[in-house]
Amino acid sequence: MSVPVPKTSVFSALRWPAVVGWLAVSVVGAGALGAIALNRGETINSAWFVVAAACVYAIGFRFYSLFIATRVLLLDSTRATPAERLNDGRDFVPTNRWIVFGHHFAAIAGPGPLIGPTLAAQFGYLPGTLWIVLGGVLGGCVQDFIILFCSLRRDGRSLGQMAREEIGPLGGFAAMLGVVLISLILIAVLGLVVVNAMKHSPWATFTVAATIPIALLMGIYMRNLRPGRVLEATTLGVVLLLLAVTGGGYVEGIPALRNVFDYDAPTLALFVIAYGFCAAVVPVWLLLAPRDYLSTFMKIGTILALAVAILLLNPLIKMPALTQFIDGTGPIFSGKLFPFVFITIACGAISGFHAMISSGTTPKLLTNEADARMVGYGAMVVESFVAVMAMIAATVLDPGVYFAINSPAGIVGAEAAQAVATISSWGFPVSVAQMSALARDMGEATLFARTGGAPSLAVGMASIFAQITGPGLLAVWYHFAIMFEALFILTTLDAGTRVARFIAQDFLGNFIPALGRTSWYPSVLITSALVVGAWGYFLYQGTQDPLGGINSMWPLFGIANQMLAAIALCVATTVLVKSDRARYVWVTAVPLAWLLLITTTAALHKLFNPLPKIGFLAHASDLSAKLAAHTLPTPLATLAPRMIFNDRLNSGLTLLFMVLAWVLVCDMVWVCVRHLRGQAGRPLAEVAYVRTALTHG
Amino acid sequence: MWHLLWNRFKQILRVLNGDDAYARYLAHWRILHAEEPLPSRAEFFRRETERRWNGIRRCC
Repeated sequence: MSVPVPKTSVFSALRWPAVVGWLAVSVVGAGALGAIALNRGETINSAWFVVAAACVYAIGFRFYSLFIATRVLLLDSTRATPAERLNDGRDFVPTNRWIVFGHHFAAIAGPGPLIGPTLAAQFGYLPGTLWIVLGGVLGGCVQDFIILFCSLRRDGRSLGQMAREEIGPLGGFAAMLGVVLISLILIAVLGLVVVNAMKHSPWATFTVAATIPIALLMGIYMRNLRPGRVLEATTLGVVLLLLAVTGGGYVEGIPALRNVFDYDAPTLALFVIAYGFCAAVVPVWLLLAPRDYLSTFMKIGTILALAVAILLLNPLIKMPALTQFIDGTGPIFSGKLFPFVFITIACGAISGFHAMISSGTTPKLLTNEADARMVGYGAMVVESFVAVMAMIAATVLDPGVYFAINSPAGIVGAEAAQAVATISSWGFPVSVAQMSALARDMGEATLFARTGGAPSLAVGMASIFAQITGPGLLAVWYHFAIMFEALFILTTLDAGTRVARFIAQDFLGNFIPALGRTSWYPSVLITSALVVGAWGYFLYQGTQDPLGGINSMWPLFGIANQMLAAIALCVATTVLVKSDRARYVWVTAVPLAWLLLITTTAALHKLFNPLPKIGFLAHASDLSAKLAAHTLPTPLATLAPRMIFNDRLNSGLTLLFMVLAWVLVCDMVWVCVRHLRGQAGRPLAEVAYVRTALTHG
Repeated sequence: MWHLLWNRFKQILRVLNGDDAYARYLAHWRILHAEEPLPSRAEFFRRETERRWNGIRRCC
């Protein structure tokens, strides 16, 4: 039987110097948060953001996560982990906790925490920052930690399996369908971000294209030339990648080469779709694995560099705390502050997709159960800090410049003069000359209407890095940042397509058994084409959309991701209730209730808001009315029938997410109530206690 | 001193990067599977890459 863990207060171990220290941290943190919230000056130093975030994270980690570890979950370091019990030297390997931390962080932090905050900066710096920091400490970190714990106690089972075992078959199905849909939307929207960064930019297109042969070369190197020498191949890849970034500058300068890499958005979308299909059907060693090695390396390196640069330079934030767009009239995406800031920033605050990682590779590596706190809660704290840095990088730009880069042409006008006039009229002065000079500095023809967050983040990062290296390198840093984001977006695109394909093969195998054989090549081709076709459709439509596509797709992604988080929290809540920890159920139930509130409100807005800018259905009927009355200009009139169809499709998806989440919540409440009443139900699927043979216990 | 630090740094890089996967497997194999034939480095990586990347590994 389990050794009883002594119940201690999270405060009891504190001696008086520590008490004084933590009081100081609280006071400093509260002061910095106050400074951020109450500042009404022109600018504010980003050091306040770093200090406020660091203090909140420190307190959250030291006290709240300790409370969860010792009172709620009763982490037990004498209990053998799956890595110890099932050690197979491959999946299940007891690993140093810092290494697990690194792997887990690299797996959860993708482009999401960089893009969401950049888009949400249209409300001003304050709402997004508060949500990232508080949502992270009370929501996202808790979710990641508890799901990791649940999976640790269940031999590293996946979220879907745990949902099936703890809640019921419906739970498992909802989790699986959620993962497929979220992958499709995520890939489409990320593809759009890359396309918007590459359109009519030979430099960016060349650099991103160069990542493909570099990965191929690495793949062949690791398989045939020097088998298994991963570090050598990665170093080679990083060097070639840096050469490609600088080489792009020369491509930009030679007219004949320029034209080879100069494309409009729809053409680039077709390239990305074709690439996505090829990447998903070639063996993993050739493209996916080498690029994953490469992107992990670049990710950790660049994030560290950005953190050091921000800490050293303390750049000034020029965005106001709040903009007038909290009323819902924002150019980048429409909708009021509540609930849309919470939907726009998913990754960085709370992201359901993390539950897939916390219940995947990570629980199979932990040596000591007690380390779940540091890895689960801690890694998410770091991701949350990455999101704060993305917010800083977006808001150090002049607000006028930020809006000029991010606003779609359909809203501010396609002509530069028209766009700057519109943006200046909002009270964010910007001029054509300023934008041209900036574009020239960044080595681009234009920076207008590069919706999606990647380019404005890249401009922000470039201007921060160039403060250290000098302005001569601005263009190189800009394209480095674009390459860095594109690198892991392409990895996500490839990996996500494969995940959706496995689930599709599994599902279709019920009807046509041959399709269920994951290694049968015709099945691979057919199901990959289906999956790529599904996200490719959304991606291509996004490039045709006069509002830039991000406008409708990012909220859909946010809703999907938060709904998946709701599913994960349902599993966590059920586990707490069934392990007779019902008095601590608020730890997961409160974030769950909050998520249900914001996702349902956002979904209802996207479905039924009468404003065409916000509601999908209102937009569809507005377009049909104008189409019938022949009041649409020609390019829009030809696109309108397709846009109307897309609006209805998006509404259908939104409705599906909402129904899935609520059905699961009802199921969860039913299971919990039955348990509390003492009625028989599915037993807790926890694996029995085995004492660890390792020395730490 | 610097030499030590550099070696430590290289070791951290190797482990984070996954370069040491074979060495780790070797250690495991010696203890548990010593009677079975030992896969070569190339063979090990061929199988591992195939197995590891066919699943959910990365998030948004």
